[in-house]
Amino acid sequence: MFTQFSTWDIVRNLLEGGKWTLALTLIAFVLGGIAGLLVLFARIAGSRLLQTASKAYIEVFQGTPLLMQLFIVFFGLSLAGVDVSPWVAAAIGLTLFTSAYLAEIWRGCVESVSKGQWEASASLAMRYTEQMRYVILPQALRIAIPPTVGFSVQVVKGTAVASIIGFAELTKTGSMLANATFQPFMVFGFVALGYFFLCYPLSLYAKHLERKFHVAR
Amino acid sequence: MAYQFEFTPVFEHADLLLKGAGFTLALTVTGAVLGIGLGIVGAICRAWQLKPFNWLFGAYVEVIRNTPFLVQLFFIFFGLPSLGVKMGEWEAAVLAMVINLGAYSTEIIRAGIIATPRGQLEAAASLAMSRAETFRHVVLRPALQKVWPALTSQVIIVMLGSAVCSQIATEELTFAANFIQSRSFRAFETYFVTTAIYFALAVLLRQVLMALGRRFVIGRPA
Repeated sequence: MFTQFSTWDIVRNLLEGGKWTLALTLIAFVLGGIAGLLVLFARIAGSRLLQTASKAYIEVFQGTPLLMQLFIVFFGLSLAGVDVSPWVAAAIGLTLFTSAYLAEIWRGCVESVSKGQWEASASLAMRYTEQMRYVILPQALRIAIPPTVGFSVQVVKGTAVASIIGFAELTKTGSMLANATFQPFMVFGFVALGYFFLCYPLSLYAKHLERKFHVAR
Repeated sequence: MAYQFEFTPVFEHADLLLKGAGFTLALTVTGAVLGIGLGIVGAICRAWQLKPFNWLFGAYVEVIRNTPFLVQLFFIFFGLPSLGVKMGEWEAAVLAMVINLGAYSTEIIRAGIIATPRGQLEAAASLAMSRAETFRHVVLRPALQKVWPALTSQVIIVMLGSAVCSQIATEELTFAANFIQSRSFRAFETYFVTTAIYFALAVLLRQVLMALGRRFVIGRPA
């Protein structure tokens, strides 16, 4: 049986897929942010072991394709006896991916806080945790906001790769619709437009923040 | 019963993986050379505000940077044929990589070009250098020197991103991995080894590009 798809049917289905893209992005970004903080603390910790381990973690995730990371999570977890859906595997994979990148971005921000701030707070007899809490992190946070917003664009785009392990987000929905309607030009045009509408405002906002903070400093 | 890891079926197909890795590298090198070339053209148009090309390149950069590579690839491979532009999976993969890298390198190189100090241009003019000489020696080379590390990172990102080209049946490294996985049913082992190969490729590519940069871009006095 052939069903006729009107343009509106295509758009409606794509919007449905777009919802999952958005959901996956939010989950990966929030959980990835939390995990990224942990990796960041390990990366700038006093312990050599933690530093090396977190550095290796970041390098592995930045030096391998996201697609491979998703495959390994997807197939690795099912080996461990956990029956995972593509949705869970994609969420875990993208969370790990995001955490590695955010940790590296934030490390740069922490390190850009001048040495004098550490020395001044140490001379006020602050402990490491106090220095972090009251002196370093508040300043690093300000610097960190623009690149963090900028990276969220990478997360949105990264979710497209989850279509390959079978998660029905925007790209996967687009592929299925292209096969059903024989109108790949229009369908993938709409899919691209969907991503653009999600990403472009974020890009503009990141640029705006960057400019604002540059003026402020 | 605990799972028994079995890597033998993967290593039996080592030749396929090596061939795939070779193709991934070939794709990357082609994409990088053409993509950076496109980026230089785009950066010139943007930096010198050549109308209407600066506007066109600006739109191009925003569209490419705000959509996923996978969608660009699908659009080129599945979408363009309905406009009569048909191409094989290799051509589509290379084209997608060139277009993708072209957009990023336009922005990267533009940043290098607009950072040219004014005094340098005046000095070049006072030495009676022609426009072409000035551009080559005073603008472009120092710009590439400044942004070479960023370009290197972007090329590596594109190489890693090329894994999704397997989805249009380009027979690169991930395609080889998918094939081995479907024969051996050893998905985890196959992708584990493949991931390690990608990691090695990324490390290798960084070393080679930095060495090339030292030799040809940064090394000689501008």
